[in-house]
Amino acid sequence: MEILADLIRKLPGGPDMSEQAMHITNSVIMATLMFIVMALCAIIFTWMERKVAGFIQSRYGPMRTGRWHGWAQAVADMLKILGKEDIIPAEADKTYFVFAPLLVLLGSLLAWAAFPWAPGFVAADLDLGLFYIFAVSSLVVIGLLMAGWASNNKWALYGAARGAAQMVSYEIPLALACIPVVMYTGSLNTQDIVIAQQGGVLNWFIFRDPFLFVAFFMYFIASIAETNRGPFDMPETESELVSGYHTEYTGMRFAFFFLAEYANLFLVSMIAVMVFLGGWWSPIPGLDFAPALTFIIKGVLMVFLNMWIRWTLPRVRVDQLMHLCWKVMIPVTLLCVIGAGVWMMLSGRAGA
Amino acid sequence: MATESHKVNHGWADQDEVPGIKSELLELNMGPQHPATHGVLRLLLQTDGEIVYKVTPVLGYLHRCAEKIAEGVNYKQWVVYTDRFDYLAPMCCNHAYVTAMEKLMKQEVPERAEHIRIVVAELSRIASHLIALATFGLDMGAWTPLLYCFREREEILNLLERISGGRMLYNYMVPGGVRYDIPEDGWIQDVLTFITMLETKKLDDYNTLLSYNKIFIERTADVGVISVEDAYDYGCTGPVLRGSGVSFDCRRDDPYSLYHKFDFDIPVGTGEMGTVGDCWDRYMVRVREIAEACKIIRQALDTLPEGEYQAYELKKLIKVPAGAAYTRTESSKGEIGHYIISDGGQRPFRNKVRSPSFCNLQVLEKIGVGQMVSDLVAMVGSLDIVLGEIDR
Repeated sequence: MEILADLIRKLPGGPDMSEQAMHITNSVIMATLMFIVMALCAIIFTWMERKVAGFIQSRYGPMRTGRWHGWAQAVADMLKILGKEDIIPAEADKTYFVFAPLLVLLGSLLAWAAFPWAPGFVAADLDLGLFYIFAVSSLVVIGLLMAGWASNNKWALYGAARGAAQMVSYEIPLALACIPVVMYTGSLNTQDIVIAQQGGVLNWFIFRDPFLFVAFFMYFIASIAETNRGPFDMPETESELVSGYHTEYTGMRFAFFFLAEYANLFLVSMIAVMVFLGGWWSPIPGLDFAPALTFIIKGVLMVFLNMWIRWTLPRVRVDQLMHLCWKVMIPVTLLCVIGAGVWMMLSGRAGA
Repeated sequence: MATESHKVNHGWADQDEVPGIKSELLELNMGPQHPATHGVLRLLLQTDGEIVYKVTPVLGYLHRCAEKIAEGVNYKQWVVYTDRFDYLAPMCCNHAYVTAMEKLMKQEVPERAEHIRIVVAELSRIASHLIALATFGLDMGAWTPLLYCFREREEILNLLERISGGRMLYNYMVPGGVRYDIPEDGWIQDVLTFITMLETKKLDDYNTLLSYNKIFIERTADVGVISVEDAYDYGCTGPVLRGSGVSFDCRRDDPYSLYHKFDFDIPVGTGEMGTVGDCWDRYMVRVREIAEACKIIRQALDTLPEGEYQAYELKKLIKVPAGAAYTRTESSKGEIGHYIISDGGQRPFRNKVRSPSFCNLQVLEKIGVGQMVSDLVAMVGSLDIVLGEIDR
C-alpha cells in the first residue's frame, strides 16, 4: 500500500509515525474502505438487479422512490429492514443462529482484502493472493450450513445441505479454471496476474490460447454456482424450499445474507475480470488513465451478464447440478490445465 | 412407511445397520402455505433426503360448501358460484353449469348466444393455459415467462371485462343465453387482433424462452410419467389425460354447445423429449391447445349469426320441472360434470359437481413416489390444479 502510506506521511504528524503505527492505520483505513465498498455495492446492485429484471421482463421496476428511476429504493429498503423486529425462533440454536450471518458476511469481506483495484492499490499485497481469496470465500459454506442447522426448520436444513454440497463441489472447478492463468503468470500474486495482461485486448488471458478461452467459461459457470444465483440457486430455490437456509431469518440478520450475496456476486465478477479480462488495463493499449474505473466498469458488466442469465434461465435440479460439476466441469477444467501447459511448452513459454 | 416396492433409489434410510446411527424418514409438510403448491394445497411428504417415499395430498383448506349452498339458492343465482370454482377459467365453468341447466329445462339457446359463449369460453381457456405455463415455468425457476404470460392474460381480462363487466369473475352466462350482447365498440376486431398476435408471435416467444430450453427439458422430460392405465384408473381428464397420449376431448367426442360445427385438432402428448405422459408433454399439450383455441375463436367469430342473445326475457327466478340431468363439458383443466336433480321447485334438490382438478391431483400419490422433492414440484405444476375447484 505505497500510495496510501505516502498519503498518510503527508498528513500532519505523518512523518513521525512508527512503522507499526503506520501499518495499523493503513489497515484500518483499508478495512473501512472495503466495508463501505461492499455495502455500497449491495445497495447499488439490488437496485440494478431490479431494473435489469424489469427490463428483461418488460416492466419498469422501481420508479418512485428518489424520483429518477427509483434510485433510492434500495436505500429505503435497507432503512426499513433496520427497523424490523429481530426474531429468533424459540427452538433455534441461538448461538449459531446469531453467528451464522456474521460468518457468511466475513467470508465475503475477507476476500476483498487481496483485491488489486489499481496498480499498487491493494489492501493486502499477498504472494498467495488468489489462493487466499478462494480459501477465505470457503468460509461462506460454514456460515450457510450453520444457518440451516441452527434454524431448526426442515426447509432451512434442506437448503443448507444442498448449499454445502453445491459450494464445496463448485469451488474445485472454480479454482481449477484459474490454474492455467497462474501457470502463465508464474505467480499467485493478484497484482502480478493483472500486470501480466498488459497491452490491449489480445494480451488478456481469455484470448491467450483456446484452453484459457474454455477455462474462462468454466470459471463463469462455476462462479454463478458459487454465488448461489439462478440457474444454480439450489440453497434458496424459492419454489421448492420456501426460502432455503435463510427461511427463519428476519431484519438485519437477513440483510447480512443479502449483503453477502451481492458482495459475493461482485467479488466473483471482479475475479473473472482480474484473472481473465485484463484487470485494470483498458482494451486498447495506452488508454489506461483511470485503472480503478476501468476495473469496476468491467466488473459491473460481468454482474450484468450474471443478472441476465438469472432472469432468463430456469433452474437446474440438484442432482443435475452435481452431475454437471463432477462429470463435466471438473474433467474439462483439468483438460484445460493440461492443454494450457502443453500449449505453453510448444509455444516456447515454458519456464517463463 | 414406504414399502419395498416403493424404494426406487436407495438412500441413507436403508442403512439402519450402521452401528450407533439410527436413521428414519423425514416428515415434511409442504403447504398449505408454500410457494409451489398453487394455493392452499398441503402435501404430507415422507422423505429420505431428497427422495420422496410417500406423498399424501391433504385437502379442505378452501372448502366453501358450494354444493350445499346450491340447495339454498335459486338456479340462476348459483351461476356466480361456478365462477369461483376454477377462478382461472370462470367462463368454462359458467358454460358447464348452464349446459346442464338447459338440458334439465329442455331450453333452446339462440345460435348467436352459443357462438358468444364459445368465444368467451375459449378466451378463458387461453387465459387459464397461460397461467398454467407461467406458474409451471416459475416452479422450474424461470421468472420471466411468468411476466410475459401475465401480460397476454391481461389483454384477455380486458376483453372479457368489456363484454361482461367483470375482470376475473364474470357471472356472464345464464340458462338460455348470455347476459349481454357483444359490445358495439370493435370488440370482435380486437379479439381477432389479439389472437393473431398470440398465434404468430407470442407462442413462438414462449417456445423459445421456455419450451425448448435445454434446462427446462432436462427438468421436465421423463419426469412424472403418467401411463395411460394410470390416467384411466385415476380418472384424469383434460391436458393431463391428453398428455399421456389419449386423444379424448369432450368438445369433439361428446359435443355440447356448437363445438361440432368447428374444425380443430386435439393435441396429444407424443413423448417428443422423453417418455409419453411426462411433465413436458402435459406442458406442451397446453401450449398447442392455445393455438387450437385461437382457431375455434376465429371460426366462431367469422360465422357469428345475427339474432337474439337470450332465449327469453330474463326473470329473477327460474322454476324447473322435476327431473335430473348430467352433462359433461371440457374446461381448461379437464372434464367438468354437473349432475342436477330438481324436485320442481325454485331450488335444486341436489347439485353435484365433478371437478377435473380433484381427480387429476389424486394421481400425484402414484407418480410422486421415489422421485425427488424438486420433481414433485414439477409434477404439481404440470398437473395444473386449481384449489378453488378441488375443494369447492
